[in-house]
Amino acid sequence: MITKVMMPKLSEAMETGKVIKWLKKEGDPIKGGDVIAEIETDKANVEIEAFGSGVLRKILVGEGGQVPVGETIGVIADPADDIATIAAGAPATRPPSAPAAVPAAAPTAAAAPPPLPAMESYRSVPETANVVPMTPVPSAAPAGGGGRIKASPLARKVAAQSGVDLRLLQGTGPGGRIVRRDVETAAASPVPAVAAAAPAAAGPVAPAPARPQFVIPHPQFVIPQRTDAEFEDRPLSPMRAIIAKRMPLSKGPVPHFYVTSDVAMDRAWALRAELNALEGQPKVSVTDMIVKACALALLKNPGVNAQLVGAPPPGQSIRVFHRAHIGLAIALDEGLITAVLRDCDVKPLAQIAVEARDVAERARGGKLRAQELSGATFSISNLGMYDVEEFSAIINPPEGAILAVGSVLEKPVVEDGQIRAGRRMKMTISCDHRVMDGAMGARFLQDVKRLLEEPLRLLV
Amino acid sequence: MANQGFDVVVIGTGPGGYVAAIRCAQLGLAVATVEDDRPGGVCLNWGCIPTKALLRNAEIVDLFHRADEFGITVGEWRADYAQAIQRSRRVADRMAKGVEFLFRKNKITLLAGVGSLKSKSVVEVKGKGGPEILEARRAVILATGSEPKSLPGVAIDETQVISSNGAVRTETRPASLVVIGAGAVGMEFADVYRAYGVEVTVLEALPRVLPLEDEEVSAQIARLFNRRGVTVRTGVKVVKVTPGKGSVAVEIDAEGTRETLTAAQVLMAVGRAARTKGLGLEALGVTMDRGFVTVGPTMETAVKGIFAVGDMTGRQMLAHKAMAEGVVAAETIAGRSPRPVDYGNVPSCTYCRPQVASIGLSEAAAKADGREVSVGRFPFTANGKAVALGETEGFLKVVADKRTGEILGVHIVGPEATELIHEFAVGRTLEATLEEIIHTIHAHPTLSEASLEATLAALGQAIHI
Repeated sequence: MITKVMMPKLSEAMETGKVIKWLKKEGDPIKGGDVIAEIETDKANVEIEAFGSGVLRKILVGEGGQVPVGETIGVIADPADDIATIAAGAPATRPPSAPAAVPAAAPTAAAAPPPLPAMESYRSVPETANVVPMTPVPSAAPAGGGGRIKASPLARKVAAQSGVDLRLLQGTGPGGRIVRRDVETAAASPVPAVAAAAPAAAGPVAPAPARPQFVIPHPQFVIPQRTDAEFEDRPLSPMRAIIAKRMPLSKGPVPHFYVTSDVAMDRAWALRAELNALEGQPKVSVTDMIVKACALALLKNPGVNAQLVGAPPPGQSIRVFHRAHIGLAIALDEGLITAVLRDCDVKPLAQIAVEARDVAERARGGKLRAQELSGATFSISNLGMYDVEEFSAIINPPEGAILAVGSVLEKPVVEDGQIRAGRRMKMTISCDHRVMDGAMGARFLQDVKRLLEEPLRLLV
Repeated sequence: MANQGFDVVVIGTGPGGYVAAIRCAQLGLAVATVEDDRPGGVCLNWGCIPTKALLRNAEIVDLFHRADEFGITVGEWRADYAQAIQRSRRVADRMAKGVEFLFRKNKITLLAGVGSLKSKSVVEVKGKGGPEILEARRAVILATGSEPKSLPGVAIDETQVISSNGAVRTETRPASLVVIGAGAVGMEFADVYRAYGVEVTVLEALPRVLPLEDEEVSAQIARLFNRRGVTVRTGVKVVKVTPGKGSVAVEIDAEGTRETLTAAQVLMAVGRAARTKGLGLEALGVTMDRGFVTVGPTMETAVKGIFAVGDMTGRQMLAHKAMAEGVVAAETIAGRSPRPVDYGNVPSCTYCRPQVASIGLSEAAAKADGREVSVGRFPFTANGKAVALGETEGFLKVVADKRTGEILGVHIVGPEATELIHEFAVGRTLEATLEEIIHTIHAHPTLSEASLEATLAALGQAIHI
């Protein structure tokens, strides 16, 4: 069986991807699920897995090579399969560090055991041919429609190679034409282009803003001459640029509504302490419990575990998911990324805890895999660690809803006419009104609340 | 003493000055120009244009020598050098008159005399009819150009030790000539004199001829000149030049060995120096760097309202660079925001035969710049048009960035090299890559096909070789 290894589309905005590293060599046996290569996208470095088994017969895009999404970058096949047509139809581009051409293999057909018949035609292209990508640069026809981008051919190539999205640039050439300088300036913006480049920050820390000092000046206080710059303009990092571009796609066309609920977290808090005291058990966080609670509530409220699909207006439908893949927003120094925990409805809490910790760490190291970046049916954004009482989040399309979680705070609560100290947490769901209505969101929230307030339900 | 006011006063009417003046006038400014020689400057009168006329003569002389090759039997024939010079003068005169015509057409006042700055907006012109004072309401543009340099201790007398200025005027040719300096000027005159039968020796202190060109270009030209009987000696220092009775002794140091050459004449072609003396720049605070006027991207000097263009600003001392600067200065003065001159994209041309033209970085410079390059070459021996012309010497070399296909530099030795270069000049301006050149259909048979083939060769895909 022949399996093409294709440049995966790892995010809505992704148009091209770059092969950072092949973890398998040509000729290596491959099992389905083996991690075979590392890919750099506009947001992160991810590992891609093989979908088929056989032998990695051909690497078509070498390390450093950048190709459009969907392009075949390698071929997995049985040794006897004829892969000539696939290999020949490969992108005419091969990057600098592509594996060196095989020494003129015997073109004497038939006999050779792992035969690569028509491969000669491909391999005979001299090494110099590898260097200049001859494929049309995809950004010429932006996937999301829109007009032609005025950019020089060189700017297009440099953009494709450095992962800069031309649509986000303002050209400085004649008539606003994007020229090489513009792309290079964007690529050289101070923030590293990919999450991988960020130093592995300890703990879930976002870039810590300097705390403003609220000092009331003495009446006689004279403001000294301030000679430092009043402000500075920082260019958008590629990740920031993607976020800037994508969020209006949500907040603009997706009509949000919000439902907030207050949860008594005393029992969940106690249960968590109890669980974490257990010898040999993974540590469980509040987030993990919320993930599990949401997953269970989503299956009970499938209307929330849903999204709008298809081209409007006819042809649209609401896709309702029968499993809960929870996207977890993870703050990175240069932005944020949503890692997906699959099948949380069936996974035990301990498993979720282990996986959540793992993806968070790998996200900060830029080591997420392809399938961990897309496919969430619902997302959670928890800013509890930042002393946030409540907030509302923007839906990450195409998902239908997102839950924004605040801190667990000690508060005076009134119970049976008595005031006592209790732990409360506020959560706000943002829902796509095209898919669901207020009552559906409220019912879902009620279920999450009940699950957290009776947390043993999370364990059974 | 007349006192006249203009928006702009331009001192010097070479390619920098006259283009600036015309562009200013086009943009509605009242312009006066000041010229101490003939309109058109060195380029039209003593440089570019008359030497091209002489080189055409040299080419025709050589074709006569090659008549057999084309099956043409030529009877008695004679190439008269004096007439070559006279023709060259007629060509120069015609072009200089053209500048005067353009001035009239654009209503530009031309004043004969030596101009100098009395203040940042007042220009004094010392001419035959006594001094005149011009007031420049908006700006003064300095475009006084350059003049030939000599070696220390060597005086240019324009009889035995001549410069290009003398060479284009002298109707007699020496029996033998030592050319000091193997840049464009030295190589062009070596070419002309050799065609007219002069024993020519070219001396160059640097290790190769046309030292600013790509190394392969230098090597090829040195080889071809040697083949034509020009003695080319590189890495040679001239120690002393002593004019004597009927000959000049040139003492050289060739890697430690002293040697004395004698020739009827010496042509000094070691470069040019800015003409800034007597302009009154220092007093006004116009800053200079190694003898050249310092300017910003709009060609404005350190003094607001005083602009400078052309050779006197240094960098490439080329007429076409001066013209580009003239346009930038004029448009700036007229309140536009012109694109600054892209000094990395100025074609460099030498009109010896075969011609040499280049743009951008040499292969060595590109590598020194840290670029990973792919290089494509195509010899004119494999170009149909060149073979038909019988001009197969030379090659076209494309240096590109290996990753992006950016055209980093192009280097041509061969027929009409100076015309061929512009495909790549346009390409580079538009930031075309190898791909766009390849996707452009080149007519057959043309010399330009070499451009296509060398580009293909850079990708390992040349068809015709």
